[in-house]
Amino acid sequence: MRNSAFLILLFSSITSLSQNCNNSLSGSVTDIHDGQLLTGVTLIVAETDQAVQTDFDGTYSFSNLCNATYYIQISHPYCLTKGFTVKVFGDTKKSFKLEHHIEELNQITIEGKAYSNKSKTLLESSIDKDKLERFSSGSLGDALKSLSGVSSLNTGNTVVKPMINGLHSSRVVIINNGVRMEDQEWGAEHAPNIDINSVNNLTVLKGAGALQFGGDAVGGVIIAETSKVPVKDSLYGKSLMTVASNGQGTALSSKLTKSYQNGWHTTLQGTLKRFGDFEAPGYVLSNTGIFERSASLKVGFNRFDYGMEAYYSVFKNEIGILRASHLGGAQDQIRAIESTIPLTIKDFTYKINKPKQDVSHHLARLKAFKKFDNFGKLSLQYDFQKNNRLEFDIRRGDDREKPSVDLELDTHTVLLDLESNLTDGMTLKSGIMTRYQKNVANPNTGVRRLIPDYEMYDLGIYFVVDYQWNEQLLLEAGARYDYSYMDVFKFYRTSFWESRNYDQLFPEIVVEEFATQILSNPQLNFNNGSATLGATYTFAEDYNLFFNYSVASRAPNPSELFSEGLHHSASRIEIGDLRFNSEISHKVSLTLQRDDDNFSYSVTPYINTVSDFIIIEPVDVRQTIRGNFQVWEYRQTNAQLLGVDIDASFAFAENCRLNSQFSLVKGYDRTLNQPLISIPPANISNEIVYQNSEFNNIRLSLQSAYNFKQNDYPDTNFEVFTPETQTWQMVDVSSTPDAYHLLNFNSSIDININQNSKLTVGLGITNLLNTSYRNNLNRLRYYADDLGRNFLFNLKINY
Amino acid sequence: MKNMKFLTATVFVSLLFIGCSDDDAPEAVNEEEVITTLTVTLVPEDGGTAVILQSRDLDGDGSDVPVITTGNLAANVTYSGSIVLLNETEEEPEDITEEVEEKSDEHQFFYTTTGGLNVSTFYDNFDSNGYYLGTEFTLVAGAASSGTLTFTLIHEPTKPNTGLEDAGGGADIIATFDVSVQ
Repeated sequence: MRNSAFLILLFSSITSLSQNCNNSLSGSVTDIHDGQLLTGVTLIVAETDQAVQTDFDGTYSFSNLCNATYYIQISHPYCLTKGFTVKVFGDTKKSFKLEHHIEELNQITIEGKAYSNKSKTLLESSIDKDKLERFSSGSLGDALKSLSGVSSLNTGNTVVKPMINGLHSSRVVIINNGVRMEDQEWGAEHAPNIDINSVNNLTVLKGAGALQFGGDAVGGVIIAETSKVPVKDSLYGKSLMTVASNGQGTALSSKLTKSYQNGWHTTLQGTLKRFGDFEAPGYVLSNTGIFERSASLKVGFNRFDYGMEAYYSVFKNEIGILRASHLGGAQDQIRAIESTIPLTIKDFTYKINKPKQDVSHHLARLKAFKKFDNFGKLSLQYDFQKNNRLEFDIRRGDDREKPSVDLELDTHTVLLDLESNLTDGMTLKSGIMTRYQKNVANPNTGVRRLIPDYEMYDLGIYFVVDYQWNEQLLLEAGARYDYSYMDVFKFYRTSFWESRNYDQLFPEIVVEEFATQILSNPQLNFNNGSATLGATYTFAEDYNLFFNYSVASRAPNPSELFSEGLHHSASRIEIGDLRFNSEISHKVSLTLQRDDDNFSYSVTPYINTVSDFIIIEPVDVRQTIRGNFQVWEYRQTNAQLLGVDIDASFAFAENCRLNSQFSLVKGYDRTLNQPLISIPPANISNEIVYQNSEFNNIRLSLQSAYNFKQNDYPDTNFEVFTPETQTWQMVDVSSTPDAYHLLNFNSSIDININQNSKLTVGLGITNLLNTSYRNNLNRLRYYADDLGRNFLFNLKINY
Repeated sequence: MKNMKFLTATVFVSLLFIGCSDDDAPEAVNEEEVITTLTVTLVPEDGGTAVILQSRDLDGDGSDVPVITTGNLAANVTYSGSIVLLNETEEEPEDITEEVEEKSDEHQFFYTTTGGLNVSTFYDNFDSNGYYLGTEFTLVAGAASSGTLTFTLIHEPTKPNTGLEDAGGGADIIATFDVSVQ
């Protein structure tokens, strides 16, 4: 490759002998990851053997160049040497980007981004390593919601479920290291089982366009990737420690990588996180501690045209759930909502009592690829996941130590993918996926199964073609077909079975009848088609226009199909429907992006129309001996979500930058003509950042985040009879909390210890003014305020 | 090429996994800690027939409503009350009162009246810390009147408390009876 480039260059320089050769070439060299200017970089023009080094500003300059194309080799002690071809015409400016940190080098250094594009016609929002490190003591969801259009559905402050453009749970596909997470993500109070410290780059696609990951991402796709390892002899690592005042806890994380010139590499990573009860302004949020442990090991072998990798990770998380949120029926709910402070406040403790969640997730992946000439890159992957979810409620007697929910979900997946260049400018991605999944609900809990035992078989086939029409226009099209078969064993209460007319509709699926229950064996088939069509148009140098239309189909999840009983953590009775079919979404999004160092912005309006959208909403109040409970039933409707996400970044002075974001989403039930429940309110955030690479890379930032009040919500209030007052009382569960404004401060500074080690010290303060607030999308907002002020002290050592 | 062999093996092993699943039907789960029945026995201090109040909900959080049996009180009579809780979903009904009394510090009964019902109640038993428990109590019926009498069992209340409003915890039982004093 290089030789031919030399020949071409040689040839072109001969033809240009007679030209004017007084041109200069100048510019800067920056780090691809954080835009930091690199000093001491050597640049050599191959044709003339001219060599220069970048100065303290990271800038360089060549003179006496002709109007020609040159091959320039760029090297730096901490980077792999890279070659670029540059066309010089007159005095030319050209900036280069290098992969500075050894720890992050690409397996094969290819020009461009370290992480390849997942979709070419959807704007990708991503969070890089430096930003992720600032969230080291938080969760994946905390980091994600710093992006425009991404919010979170919380249960307290430790269970943070990402929400993309107003959609969450089964509608958001999470890819961890190439593996689609199967961690009972259907549950609104089930956070993703990923350690944020194991992730090096996090990308969000606000749409279903990336068909290689699945055809059911009605909301979008989140892709978490680990860093790639260089093909050279090296040993490096980093350790991170965060101490936080709120929750009086610590997060420790370390990573060590050994790599060899022959392509072998291994990485070991681990995290330990322990927090006690968190605090709202004014009181302790009793029983909200967290204890997270995780570790991962990656071993691989990489050559240019073939390679393989084995990856294993284990994640274990014990999470306390606010004691004051564990209630009986509606009467308890009235008392809890009417009280301005939680009804249970105890002294701070690290102990995690019930109610709590104890979740573990194992993920193993084997992957291999080979590149064939004239054919493409073929990869084969097998992954296995084991998710065990224990939920402990406050129980009585012999059962007090037993979990109320004990589910084990095992998933095996085999993926075969092919990436090939069909013709010049046209590439094809295609593949086949097979998956087997088994859910087992432990009957020893003494509580009827929340999710029944089932086995599921999936088969998926997809292709995505993109074509570079000309320098400005890229077209993309793809389609996917998925087939799912579910074999379920479900116990129904006889009273429910009959009241739903299932005895008339499905007599053939009854396996056995018991005194008060019926064992049934539903066997369900779903055929889902999905497609994407898009274009990217580049104009006026740094403007891009993205257009994407995607169709996604999602089969109903086990919770939507089979729920039938009291859901303790929500203090309500939930009822699913066996007869549901797949929901189908049509999403159109358009992005105008300006990609410029001084002033960049993007505006993304979108509209998502979903037919047979599955929602859960209150329908009734049921009287039991434990009091009255609200009955929430799933139903299918036609929904529409529309909104806009805006990002802007403006360098208003040297080393100073203003970053702004705005997100707005509106959700409607088009059948009933009412707003959808649990839609994030509009929010706006502005951040001033001062960063000076010449002064120890000092970085100071002050962020202002304003959350509006959600004014569009369905009225889900209900009335219950209160014996104490002999009156019917309204239980206000739908009114949304007031708007709020938070200030956050962050700072960091780098200290070089020696040539190979660097220390980064950081101090952050979140909720600087200790504002009391409640968030519409926190499921515990009825019972307690959100987090108060938090001081965070970070130490990071790269070695 | 070695790698390819390994991969082929992996695929076959995974297919074996898929092929070897068992189809055994799962076992039924009977709710273990349900309280289906609350029975209040009110014995007049001067002797005479006891008044029985009962709330019974055999399907727990299922769609059937509780069956209520109520009774009437005599004016100006003092009753000695006791409460029994049962789980009748099991063949041999389980007495839950024992459990409640064993973990007395984690439970408390509350008695509330409405509609001008002229009765007053007093706790007769206490938990291990000397705070109210209330599976035994005294009820004094005043002048003729009518209204409702509600028994609420709170699990893990804040103790001591001034009543339901600041007790927190979660309700295990709420049983309301229409009662008249005659």
